Amino acid sequence: MTASAHGAHLAQLNIATLRHPLDDPRLAPFVELLDPVNSAAEGSPGFVWRLVEEGTADATGLRPAGEDVIVNLSVWESPESLWDFAYRSGHLDAMRRRREWFERHVEAHLVLWWVPAGHLPTVDEALERLADLRAHGPNPRAFTFASSYTAAEAAEHHRAVAAQPAPSE
Amino acid sequence: MEHIDAIAALQDPVRRRLYEYVVAQGREVGRNEAAEAAGVTRTLAAHHLDRLTEAGLLESGSRRLTGRSGPGAGRPAKVYTRARAEWAVSLPGRDYRTAAELLAETAEQAGLDAELCAAARRRGEALRGAAAPCGGLDEAMETLAARGYEPHLEEAEDGADGVVRMRNCPFHAVAERFPPLVCGMNLALLEGLLGADGAVRARMDARPGECCVVVEASKNNID
Repeated sequence: MTASAHGAHLAQLNIATLRHPLDDPRLAPFVELLDPVNSAAEGSPGFVWRLVEEGTADATGLRPAGEDVIVNLSVWESPESLWDFAYRSGHLDAMRRRREWFERHVEAHLVLWWVPAGHLPTVDEALERLADLRAHGPNPRAFTFASSYTAAEAAEHHRAVAAQPAPSE
Repeated sequence: MEHIDAIAALQDPVRRRLYEYVVAQGREVGRNEAAEAAGVTRTLAAHHLDRLTEAGLLESGSRRLTGRSGPGAGRPAKVYTRARAEWAVSLPGRDYRTAAELLAETAEQAGLDAELCAAARRRGEALRGAAAPCGGLDEAMETLAARGYEPHLEEAEDGADGVVRMRNCPFHAVAERFPPLVCGMNLALLEGLLGADGAVRARMDARPGECCVVVEASKNNID
Protein backbone atom coordinates (compact mmCIF):
# COMPACT_ATOMS: atom_id res chain seq x y z
CA MET A 1 0.00 0.00 0.00
CA THR A 2 2.79 2.42 0.82
CA ALA A 3 4.31 2.01 -2.64
CA SER A 4 1.01 2.62 -4.38
CA ALA A 5 0.41 5.64 -2.18
CA HIS A 6 3.55 7.14 -3.72
CA GLY A 7 2.22 6.42 -7.20
CA ALA A 8 5.01 3.96 -7.91
CA HIS A 9 4.93 0.32 -8.91
CA LEU A 10 7.72 -2.24 -8.90
CA ALA A 11 8.85 -3.68 -12.25
CA GLN A 12 10.85 -6.89 -12.47
CA LEU A 13 12.72 -8.60 -15.26
CA ASN A 14 14.28 -11.99 -15.02
CA ILE A 15 15.95 -13.91 -17.79
CA ALA A 16 16.73 -17.61 -18.01
CA THR A 17 18.93 -19.48 -20.47
CA LEU A 18 17.26 -22.71 -21.56
CA ARG A 19 19.34 -25.87 -21.25
CA HIS A 20 17.27 -27.47 -24.01
CA PRO A 21 14.73 -26.17 -26.55
CA LEU A 22 11.25 -25.52 -25.13
CA ASP A 23 9.78 -28.42 -27.14
CA ASP A 24 12.38 -30.87 -25.77
CA PRO A 25 10.83 -33.52 -23.48
CA ARG A 26 13.27 -32.50 -20.75
CA LEU A 27 11.57 -29.08 -20.64
CA ALA A 28 8.05 -30.55 -20.61
CA PRO A 29 7.58 -30.24 -16.83
CA PHE A 30 8.46 -26.53 -17.08
CA VAL A 31 6.15 -25.93 -20.04
CA GLU A 32 3.30 -27.67 -18.20
CA LEU A 33 3.72 -25.25 -15.30
CA LEU A 34 3.57 -22.10 -17.46
CA ASP A 35 -0.22 -21.68 -17.65
CA PRO A 36 -1.03 -22.56 -14.01
CA VAL A 37 1.81 -20.44 -12.62
CA ASN A 38 0.97 -17.48 -14.86
CA SER A 39 -2.68 -17.73 -13.80
CA ALA A 40 -1.59 -17.85 -10.17
CA ALA A 41 0.48 -14.70 -10.71
CA GLU A 42 -2.49 -12.87 -12.18
CA GLY A 43 -4.59 -13.90 -9.19
CA SER A 44 -1.97 -12.84 -6.64
CA PRO A 45 -2.48 -9.80 -4.41
CA GLY A 46 -0.56 -6.84 -5.85
CA PHE A 47 -0.23 -8.18 -9.40
CA VAL A 48 -0.44 -5.37 -11.97
CA TRP A 49 0.77 -6.60 -15.38
CA ARG A 50 2.94 -9.12 -17.14
CA LEU A 51 4.45 -9.18 -20.62
CA VAL A 52 2.66 -11.47 -23.07
CA GLU A 53 3.53 -12.02 -26.71
CA GLU A 54 0.63 -11.01 -28.93
CA GLY A 55 -1.59 -13.96 -29.74
CA THR A 56 -0.06 -16.23 -27.07
CA ALA A 57 -0.49 -16.82 -23.34
CA ASP A 58 3.07 -15.96 -22.32
CA ALA A 59 6.33 -14.33 -23.38
CA THR A 60 8.42 -17.47 -23.91
CA GLY A 61 8.36 -16.93 -27.70
CA LEU A 62 10.00 -13.51 -27.39
CA ARG A 63 13.76 -13.83 -27.34
CA PRO A 64 15.09 -10.26 -27.07
CA ALA A 65 18.12 -11.31 -25.00
CA GLY A 66 19.28 -14.22 -27.14
CA GLU A 67 17.91 -17.20 -29.03
CA ASP A 68 17.86 -19.53 -26.02
CA VAL A 69 17.08 -16.88 -23.38
CA ILE A 70 13.49 -16.52 -22.20
CA VAL A 71 12.36 -13.32 -20.47
CA ASN A 72 9.82 -12.70 -17.77
CA LEU A 73 8.75 -9.07 -17.32
CA SER A 74 6.05 -7.99 -14.87
CA VAL A 75 4.82 -5.13 -12.68
CA TRP A 76 3.67 -5.36 -9.05
CA GLU A 77 2.25 -2.96 -6.48
CA SER A 78 5.11 -3.55 -4.03
CA PRO A 79 8.23 -5.64 -3.42
CA GLU A 80 6.27 -7.60 -0.80
CA SER A 81 3.59 -8.62 -3.30
CA LEU A 82 6.20 -9.78 -5.81
CA TRP A 83 8.19 -11.59 -3.08
CA ASP A 84 5.11 -13.43 -1.81
CA PHE A 85 4.24 -14.60 -5.31
CA ALA A 86 7.80 -15.53 -6.31
CA TYR A 87 8.81 -17.32 -3.13
CA ARG A 88 5.69 -17.98 -1.03
CA SER A 89 3.32 -19.52 -3.60
CA GLY A 90 3.25 -22.48 -5.98
CA HIS A 91 5.87 -20.61 -8.02
CA LEU A 92 8.54 -21.59 -5.46
CA ASP A 93 8.16 -25.26 -6.37
CA ALA A 94 9.00 -24.39 -9.99
CA MET A 95 11.95 -22.26 -8.82
CA ARG A 96 13.25 -25.22 -6.82
CA ARG A 97 13.71 -27.14 -10.08
CA ARG A 98 15.38 -24.29 -12.01
CA ARG A 99 18.69 -26.13 -12.47
CA GLU A 100 16.95 -28.93 -14.39
CA TRP A 101 15.76 -26.43 -16.99
CA PHE A 102 18.04 -23.40 -17.01
CA GLU A 103 21.74 -22.69 -17.22
CA ARG A 104 23.45 -21.13 -14.26
CA HIS A 105 23.98 -17.41 -14.76
CA VAL A 106 27.31 -15.89 -13.81
CA GLU A 107 25.92 -12.36 -14.08
CA ALA A 108 22.73 -10.96 -12.52
CA HIS A 109 19.60 -12.45 -14.06
CA LEU A 110 16.94 -10.60 -12.08
CA VAL A 111 16.50 -6.83 -11.81
CA LEU A 112 13.93 -4.69 -9.99
CA TRP A 113 13.15 -1.02 -10.53
CA TRP A 114 10.41 1.48 -9.76
CA VAL A 115 8.06 2.74 -12.48
CA PRO A 116 5.27 5.35 -12.24
CA ALA A 117 1.95 3.60 -11.59
CA GLY A 118 0.30 3.02 -14.95
CA HIS A 119 3.59 2.81 -16.88
CA LEU A 120 4.14 -0.51 -18.64
CA PRO A 121 7.87 -1.08 -19.18
CA THR A 122 9.13 -2.11 -22.60
CA VAL A 123 11.51 -5.01 -23.11
CA ASP A 124 14.26 -2.56 -24.16
CA GLU A 125 13.76 -0.56 -20.99
CA ALA A 126 13.93 -3.74 -18.92
CA LEU A 127 17.14 -4.93 -20.60
CA GLU A 128 18.69 -1.49 -19.99
CA ARG A 129 17.94 -1.87 -16.27
CA LEU A 130 19.56 -5.28 -16.24
CA ALA A 131 22.62 -3.84 -17.99
CA ASP A 132 22.69 -1.01 -15.40
CA LEU A 133 22.62 -3.54 -12.55
CA ARG A 134 25.36 -5.61 -14.16
CA ALA A 135 27.54 -2.57 -14.83
CA HIS A 136 27.09 -0.64 -11.58
CA GLY A 137 25.76 -3.10 -9.01
CA PRO A 138 22.53 -2.47 -7.08
CA ASN A 139 21.54 1.21 -7.13
CA PRO A 140 18.25 3.17 -6.95
CA ARG A 141 17.74 2.72 -10.74
CA ALA A 142 18.24 -1.05 -10.80
CA PHE A 143 18.40 -3.32 -7.77
CA THR A 144 17.67 -6.77 -6.36
CA PHE A 145 15.72 -8.22 -3.45
CA ALA A 146 18.92 -8.55 -1.42
CA SER A 147 19.88 -4.90 -2.01
CA SER A 148 16.64 -3.05 -2.55
CA TYR A 149 15.69 0.63 -2.64
CA THR A 150 12.36 2.25 -1.81
CA ALA A 151 10.32 4.25 -4.33
CA ALA A 152 11.16 7.37 -2.30
CA GLU A 153 14.90 6.65 -2.57
CA ALA A 154 14.58 6.12 -6.32
CA ALA A 155 12.63 9.38 -6.73
CA GLU A 156 15.27 11.24 -4.69
CA HIS A 157 18.00 9.74 -6.86
CA HIS A 158 16.26 10.84 -10.07
CA ARG A 159 15.77 14.37 -8.70
CA ALA A 160 19.45 14.57 -7.81
CA VAL A 161 20.48 13.35 -11.26
CA ALA A 162 18.09 15.77 -13.01
CA ALA A 163 19.52 18.70 -11.03
CA GLN A 164 23.03 18.02 -12.30
CA PRO A 165 24.41 18.96 -15.74
CA ALA A 166 23.85 16.13 -18.22
CA PRO A 167 26.65 13.57 -17.94
CA SER A 168 28.53 12.68 -21.09
CA GLU A 169 27.88 8.91 -20.82
CA MET B 1 18.16 -6.12 25.00
CA GLU B 2 20.91 -8.69 25.10
CA HIS B 3 19.92 -12.03 23.61
CA ILE B 4 20.68 -13.80 26.85
CA ASP B 5 18.29 -11.50 28.75
CA ALA B 6 15.51 -12.19 26.26
CA ILE B 7 15.94 -15.91 26.64
CA ALA B 8 16.27 -15.65 30.43
CA ALA B 9 12.80 -14.06 30.49
CA LEU B 10 11.43 -17.52 29.64
CA GLN B 11 12.84 -19.10 32.78
CA ASP B 12 9.71 -18.25 34.75
CA PRO B 13 7.32 -21.21 34.23
CA VAL B 14 4.15 -19.11 33.98
CA ARG B 15 5.78 -16.76 31.50
CA ARG B 16 6.99 -19.72 29.49
CA ARG B 17 3.48 -21.26 29.36
CA LEU B 18 2.06 -17.95 28.19
CA TYR B 19 4.74 -17.57 25.53
CA GLU B 20 4.25 -21.10 24.23
CA TYR B 21 0.49 -20.64 24.12
CA VAL B 22 0.67 -17.38 22.15
CA VAL B 23 3.21 -18.83 19.70
CA ALA B 24 1.17 -21.98 19.12
CA GLN B 25 -1.94 -20.02 18.10
CA GLY B 26 -0.27 -18.30 15.14
CA ARG B 27 -2.55 -15.25 15.56
CA GLU B 28 -3.17 -12.37 17.95
CA VAL B 29 -4.11 -13.55 21.42
CA GLY B 30 -5.93 -11.47 24.06
CA ARG B 31 -5.09 -11.34 27.77
CA ASN B 32 -8.21 -13.19 28.93
CA GLU B 33 -7.64 -16.05 26.54
CA ALA B 34 -3.95 -16.37 27.46
CA ALA B 35 -4.75 -16.23 31.20
CA GLU B 36 -7.30 -19.02 30.84
CA ALA B 37 -4.93 -21.19 28.80
CA ALA B 38 -2.10 -20.76 31.33
CA GLY B 39 -4.40 -21.20 34.33
CA VAL B 40 -3.53 -17.88 35.96
CA THR B 41 -5.41 -14.68 36.75
CA ARG B 42 -5.84 -12.02 34.09
CA THR B 43 -3.73 -9.57 36.09
CA LEU B 44 -0.82 -11.98 36.39
CA ALA B 45 -1.08 -12.92 32.70
CA ALA B 46 -1.07 -9.24 31.72
CA HIS B 47 2.06 -8.63 33.81
CA HIS B 48 3.96 -11.52 32.26
CA LEU B 49 2.76 -10.84 28.71
CA ASP B 50 4.04 -7.27 29.02
CA ARG B 51 7.36 -8.54 30.38
CA LEU B 52 7.66 -10.85 27.37
CA THR B 53 6.94 -7.88 25.11
CA GLU B 54 9.61 -5.77 26.85
CA ALA B 55 12.06 -8.63 26.38
CA GLY B 56 11.36 -8.61 22.63
CA LEU B 57 9.85 -12.08 22.55
CA LEU B 58 6.27 -10.93 21.86
CA GLU B 59 4.79 -7.95 20.06
CA SER B 60 1.69 -6.26 21.38
CA GLY B 61 -1.04 -4.30 19.67
CA SER B 62 -4.59 -3.36 20.37
CA ARG B 63 -7.71 -4.63 18.73
CA ARG B 64 -11.43 -4.64 19.38
CA LEU B 65 -11.96 -8.33 19.96
CA THR B 66 -15.69 -8.01 19.25
CA GLY B 67 -14.87 -7.41 15.59
CA ARG B 68 -16.98 -4.25 15.66
CA SER B 69 -15.72 -0.72 15.20
CA GLY B 70 -16.96 2.80 15.72
CA PRO B 71 -18.77 4.26 18.75
CA GLY B 72 -20.19 1.63 21.10
CA ALA B 73 -17.82 -1.09 19.92
CA GLY B 74 -16.01 -1.08 23.24
CA ARG B 75 -12.45 -0.30 24.29
CA PRO B 76 -9.70 -1.97 22.24
CA ALA B 77 -8.11 -4.91 24.02
CA LYS B 78 -4.40 -5.57 24.16
CA VAL B 79 -3.32 -8.49 21.98
CA TYR B 80 -0.03 -10.36 21.60
CA THR B 81 1.78 -12.24 18.83
CA ARG B 82 5.27 -13.66 18.51
CA ALA B 83 7.89 -11.04 17.66
CA ARG B 84 9.52 -11.42 14.25
CA ALA B 85 13.02 -11.13 15.67
CA GLU B 86 14.90 -14.30 16.52
CA TRP B 87 17.15 -14.82 19.52
CA ALA B 88 20.13 -17.10 19.89
CA VAL B 89 22.83 -17.53 22.47
CA SER B 90 26.09 -19.35 21.91
CA LEU B 91 28.68 -19.87 24.63
CA PRO B 92 31.44 -19.47 23.70
CA GLY B 93 30.53 -17.03 20.92
CA ARG B 94 30.03 -18.82 17.60
CA ASP B 95 28.54 -17.47 14.39
CA TYR B 96 27.02 -20.28 12.35
CA ARG B 97 24.59 -17.90 10.67
CA THR B 98 27.31 -16.02 8.84
CA ALA B 99 28.86 -19.34 7.87
CA ALA B 100 25.48 -20.58 6.60
CA GLU B 101 24.92 -17.40 4.58
CA LEU B 102 28.36 -17.53 3.00
CA LEU B 103 27.99 -21.21 2.13
CA ALA B 104 24.51 -20.61 0.71
CA GLU B 105 25.72 -17.64 -1.32
CA THR B 106 28.52 -19.74 -2.75
CA ALA B 107 26.23 -22.70 -3.49
CA GLU B 108 23.76 -20.32 -5.16
CA GLN B 109 26.43 -18.77 -7.36
CA ALA B 110 27.85 -22.17 -8.28
CA GLY B 111 24.36 -23.56 -9.01
CA LEU B 112 24.76 -26.42 -6.56
CA ASP B 113 21.04 -26.96 -5.87
CA ALA B 114 21.04 -30.64 -6.85
CA GLU B 115 24.13 -31.44 -4.78
CA LEU B 116 22.76 -29.60 -1.74
CA CYS B 117 19.41 -31.40 -2.00
CA ALA B 118 21.15 -34.77 -2.26
CA ALA B 119 23.15 -34.00 0.90
CA ALA B 120 19.99 -32.82 2.69
CA ARG B 121 18.11 -35.98 1.73
CA ARG B 122 20.97 -38.12 3.03
CA ARG B 123 21.00 -36.12 6.28
CA GLY B 124 17.24 -36.61 6.69
CA GLU B 125 17.65 -40.34 6.16
CA ALA B 126 20.51 -40.45 8.66
CA LEU B 127 18.38 -38.63 11.25
CA ARG B 128 15.63 -41.21 10.76
CA GLY B 129 18.24 -43.93 11.21
CA ALA B 130 16.94 -47.49 11.22
CA ALA B 131 13.35 -46.39 11.83
CA ALA B 132 10.71 -47.27 9.24
CA PRO B 133 9.27 -44.48 7.11
CA CYS B 134 6.86 -42.26 9.01
CA GLY B 135 3.63 -44.17 9.70
CA GLY B 136 1.07 -41.37 9.76
CA LEU B 137 0.32 -37.69 10.30
CA ASP B 138 0.45 -37.93 14.12
CA GLU B 139 3.91 -39.45 14.01
CA ALA B 140 4.95 -36.84 11.43
CA MET B 141 3.79 -34.06 13.79
CA GLU B 142 5.96 -35.45 16.59
CA THR B 143 8.99 -35.75 14.33
CA LEU B 144 8.53 -32.24 12.96
CA ALA B 145 7.92 -30.72 16.41
CA ALA B 146 11.17 -32.28 17.66
CA ARG B 147 13.02 -30.47 14.87
CA GLY B 148 11.42 -27.09 15.65
CA TYR B 149 8.94 -26.83 12.76
CA GLU B 150 5.92 -26.13 15.04
CA PRO B 151 3.49 -28.33 13.08
CA HIS B 152 -0.27 -27.95 13.24
CA LEU B 153 -3.02 -29.89 11.53
CA GLU B 154 -5.03 -27.95 8.99
CA GLU B 155 -8.45 -29.52 8.56
CA ALA B 156 -9.72 -29.90 5.02
CA GLU B 157 -12.93 -28.03 4.23
CA ASP B 158 -14.71 -30.96 2.62
CA GLY B 159 -14.12 -33.48 5.40
CA ALA B 160 -11.17 -35.09 3.61
CA ASP B 161 -7.89 -35.73 5.40
CA GLY B 162 -6.16 -32.57 6.51
CA VAL B 163 -2.56 -31.61 5.92
CA VAL B 164 0.17 -30.80 8.40
CA ARG B 165 1.44 -27.24 7.98
CA MET B 166 4.34 -25.69 9.88
CA ARG B 167 4.45 -22.29 11.51
CA ASN B 168 8.23 -22.15 11.80
CA CYS B 169 11.04 -22.45 9.28
CA PRO B 170 14.19 -23.54 11.14
CA PHE B 171 16.25 -22.05 8.29
CA HIS B 172 14.28 -18.79 8.07
CA ALA B 173 17.09 -16.20 7.86
CA VAL B 174 18.97 -18.09 5.13
CA ALA B 175 15.78 -19.14 3.35
CA GLU B 176 14.75 -15.48 3.05
CA ARG B 177 18.01 -14.67 1.26
CA PHE B 178 18.15 -17.73 -1.02
CA PRO B 179 14.59 -19.08 -1.21
CA PRO B 180 14.73 -21.66 -4.04
CA LEU B 181 18.06 -23.06 -2.85
CA VAL B 182 17.29 -23.29 0.87
CA CYS B 183 13.59 -24.20 0.54
CA GLY B 184 14.58 -26.97 -1.88
CA MET B 185 17.11 -28.17 0.69
CA ASN B 186 14.44 -28.10 3.40
CA LEU B 187 12.06 -30.19 1.29
CA ALA B 188 14.77 -32.76 0.55
CA LEU B 189 15.69 -32.96 4.25
CA LEU B 190 12.07 -33.63 5.20
CA GLU B 191 11.66 -36.18 2.41
CA GLY B 192 14.62 -38.08 3.86
CA LEU B 193 13.40 -37.66 7.43
CA LEU B 194 9.87 -38.91 6.74
CA GLY B 195 10.86 -41.54 4.18
CA ALA B 196 9.94 -41.68 0.53
CA ASP B 197 7.61 -44.68 0.33
CA GLY B 198 5.76 -44.44 3.63
CA ALA B 199 2.25 -43.44 4.65
CA VAL B 200 2.95 -39.71 4.41
CA ARG B 201 4.73 -37.49 1.94
CA ALA B 202 6.17 -34.00 2.07
CA ARG B 203 5.59 -31.59 -0.77
CA MET B 204 6.20 -27.92 -1.33
CA ASP B 205 3.19 -25.65 -0.83
CA ALA B 206 4.63 -22.29 0.19
CA ARG B 207 2.49 -19.60 1.81
CA PRO B 208 3.40 -16.25 3.34
CA GLY B 209 4.54 -16.57 6.95
CA GLU B 210 4.88 -20.37 7.08
CA CYS B 211 7.32 -23.14 6.24
CA CYS B 212 7.36 -23.98 2.51
CA VAL B 213 6.43 -27.64 3.04
CA VAL B 214 3.21 -29.47 3.91
CA VAL B 215 2.96 -33.11 4.93
CA GLU B 216 -0.04 -35.18 3.84
CA ALA B 217 -1.15 -38.79 3.55
CA SER B 218 0.44 -40.42 0.51
CA LYS B 219 -2.04 -40.74 -2.34
CA ASN B 220 -0.87 -44.25 -3.22
CA ASN B 221 -1.43 -45.37 0.36
CA ILE B 222 -5.14 -44.64 0.47
CA ASP B 223 -7.12 -47.83 -0.07
